[in-house]
Amino acid sequence: MKSLEELKRIKEETLKAMDLRQAKDRGKIVVAMGTCGIAAGAKDTLMAVIDELDKAGVHDVQVVQSGCMGLCDREPTIEVSMKDQPSVIYGDVDDANARRIVREHVQGGQVVAELVIKRGNL
Amino acid sequence: MIRNQLLICAGGACITSGEKSVKDVLVEELAKNGIQDEVQIIETGCMGACDLGPIVVVYPEGTFYQKVTPQNAGPIVSEHLVKGRVVSGLLYRQPTSETRAQTREEISFYTLQVKRVLRNCGVIDPLSIEEYIARDGYFGLGKALEIGPDAIIQTIQESGLRGRGGAGFPTGIKWKAARDASGSPKYVVCNGDEGDPGAFMDRSVLEGDPHSVIEAMVIAGFAIGAATGYVYVRAEYPLAIERLEVALTRAREYGFLGRNILGSGFDFDIEIRIGAGAFVCGEETALLRSIEGKRGMPSAKPPFPAQAGLWGKPTLINNVETYANVPPILINGAEWFRSVGTAKSPGTKVFALAGKVQNTGLVEVPMGTTLRELVFDIGGGIPGGKAFKGAQTGGPSGGIITADYLDMPIDFDSVKELGTIMGSGGLIILDEDNCMVDVAKFYLAFTVDESCGKCTPCREGTKQMYQIMERITDGKGTPNDIGKLKTLGRVIQQTSLCGLGQSAPNPVLSTIRFFPDEYRAHIEDRKCPAHACLHLLTYSVVSEKCVGCTACARQCPVQAITGQVKKAHVIDQATCIKCGSCYEVCRFDAILKE
Amino acid sequence: MQINLEERLKENPVLRKQFDELDAYIDEKAGQQGSLINVMHRAQEIFGYLPDEVLAYVSTRLQVPRSTVYGVVTFYHFFSRTPKGRHTISVCLGTACYVRGSNSVYDKVTKSLGIKAGETSPDGRYTLDLVRCVGACGLAPVVVIDKDTYGRMTPDKVVTLLNKYV
Repeated sequence: MKSLEELKRIKEETLKAMDLRQAKDRGKIVVAMGTCGIAAGAKDTLMAVIDELDKAGVHDVQVVQSGCMGLCDREPTIEVSMKDQPSVIYGDVDDANARRIVREHVQGGQVVAELVIKRGNL
Repeated sequence: MIRNQLLICAGGACITSGEKSVKDVLVEELAKNGIQDEVQIIETGCMGACDLGPIVVVYPEGTFYQKVTPQNAGPIVSEHLVKGRVVSGLLYRQPTSETRAQTREEISFYTLQVKRVLRNCGVIDPLSIEEYIARDGYFGLGKALEIGPDAIIQTIQESGLRGRGGAGFPTGIKWKAARDASGSPKYVVCNGDEGDPGAFMDRSVLEGDPHSVIEAMVIAGFAIGAATGYVYVRAEYPLAIERLEVALTRAREYGFLGRNILGSGFDFDIEIRIGAGAFVCGEETALLRSIEGKRGMPSAKPPFPAQAGLWGKPTLINNVETYANVPPILINGAEWFRSVGTAKSPGTKVFALAGKVQNTGLVEVPMGTTLRELVFDIGGGIPGGKAFKGAQTGGPSGGIITADYLDMPIDFDSVKELGTIMGSGGLIILDEDNCMVDVAKFYLAFTVDESCGKCTPCREGTKQMYQIMERITDGKGTPNDIGKLKTLGRVIQQTSLCGLGQSAPNPVLSTIRFFPDEYRAHIEDRKCPAHACLHLLTYSVVSEKCVGCTACARQCPVQAITGQVKKAHVIDQATCIKCGSCYEVCRFDAILKE
Repeated sequence: MQINLEERLKENPVLRKQFDELDAYIDEKAGQQGSLINVMHRAQEIFGYLPDEVLAYVSTRLQVPRSTVYGVVTFYHFFSRTPKGRHTISVCLGTACYVRGSNSVYDKVTKSLGIKAGETSPDGRYTLDLVRCVGACGLAPVVVIDKDTYGRMTPDKVVTLLNKYV
């Protein structure tokens, strides 16, 4: 370590690894991880969401898991709630759809209409 | 790819409550469910709520699980992490309602605190220097090297930071004196000999955030022109020593210690010195002798350590909590530091809340917080519906703050007016069952034990005071004993060599001042109102209530109880050893304790 | 004394090894000023206590008068000049523990073992110590046995606990 620049670089790198512990206020993505969700592949969905956010460098959106949302025939389901916007529940969210939702809805601000089950809270 | 992080509190109390076995179970469960690569386990420093340990926090949600045991830890993985269902049985139950708190932010023990010194404790992995850096660690050092020694000292002076070790001496003045002193080499010392029984703030900082102390010591070394630092830690804190050693190694690897730190041309390194169980070594001159490898005996001041300290050279000595305050002051400025606390005692203070209080543990609050907020709002009040009687501050050097002063803002100066001291932050809560005479005697016994013997007032005087206290609690006190205690106490205060002796009479004088009736009851009525002094107790049978079940007679270890079956029993007072076993065994409330 | 020790070291490989270990530590600390207390800590770890011949040896190696070594060892509570039992029980009598009744725990231990603080049971099983605060006040009363810390102790629990340490 020879300079402040190097110190800043380590800080930025480590912050990524500590990202899960930071308070996030731009939005929240809930992945339903009930038994049916997991059976339908919710775990891959969860990992895809996290991976895509990471690739895009989005660090102010929290990803959490929940139990069953009660929409078993449309699993895996996720709920995207961006700040100051009504939340949106998506169904049939596989790996590819998860990445698309992150790109279009979270980053682009455009709801992916064809995957929507419901707008607003359940 | 990590999707969840589990933070497990690995502070002293949680380890005692079985943190290691909980961790083992969690590791095993993660593997069993095949998610060991997606979930990371991190052991942190003390999260403060010692009474709720072991504690596990699940991120990103921040779900706060308390009193986790190896038996009930499994569902944190199988339910929460696999199925996304919160394990509600392990959540904290709010004391005033039936609801449970999901996160730390919903628990009043946490929400009323302001974490500055403890900013990283329970948040980062204390063994990871990278996580410390991520939380702005070593940026204070970077700033310090940039602005230079004079500006550093000026910032510390403007911040109004006062020594957190007890007396509250302005830190900036100490730093300036060490800088201005002629003589070389100079030394920087950290006093981690936290000897006050009931105090564990410094232990938690050293265990939970060791780099904060290291960084501050490097800054101090640069400011006063020293190349060597010593951290003096009690031998009773092996975990603190271990984590400090790791931290020092990492700091050397990263170039925060050693030669040419951050390319500035400044060289500095730190050694650990381990105490060996002598309370007096918390006194700065005694501590310096101990670092030199000698008997830890204090010397008269002046000369102060800043002029002639370690090996007779100029030495800057501050305690752990004081150092931990320094890096954020450099980063955020003096104004920021003054934004909380009182005008003359700015900043926060860490207290170790212990004794008769619901939520024991480590709390950090702004200076000027009232005792009521500490004991009732954060501490959750007194267990078992008992009445609050007082709070002992400053350990064996301090005194009592009584219920009358619950609403007084606590800072260095306000507690001094009550005849006690802030001390290092031990706050022992006493309830109606604690006898103040007994508590004062307890502290005096401690000082008698720990007096180093160098000066007569402390060595002999405390012993004489102790004998009088013993006489009083044995029921053999005489009316002029209180006067004798006061006179003797004043002499010891005024003539002892070091702080240990000068403050040794405080617990007695303080309890005489606030609880004179209790002393009189012991001396004149031969009674202990709190039923704590064994020799002043009598046990007797209330014959109307006694059904003659013989339980007490069978339990009595000295056969002092006689009586026929189904007839009222009698206790022979001459034989009774006042062990209280009859009182505990009686199911009819027929034993009277008075 | 020195000659005597040399002879004994030849005959006793265990002792030899202990002294070698101490030597290595002293060599490592050779450059440090005032390392006496750290060396005594290490010596007590190696030998279990600090017998006279160890004090004499350290005095010679560190070039510190024996009176000084003796003075330091007797000043600090942590150092013991008598052998310890297989298990060291430390009952905390710090304030937080005291106000939550640790003296009754201590009384129970002295009664059931028949030894007082600082003493070792005749069978060499236990040494009883008193400590003033181990910093786990949140869990008072606290008892430390060897390196394990136990919180929320009661007179009954402590007896069961002691039996686990053979």
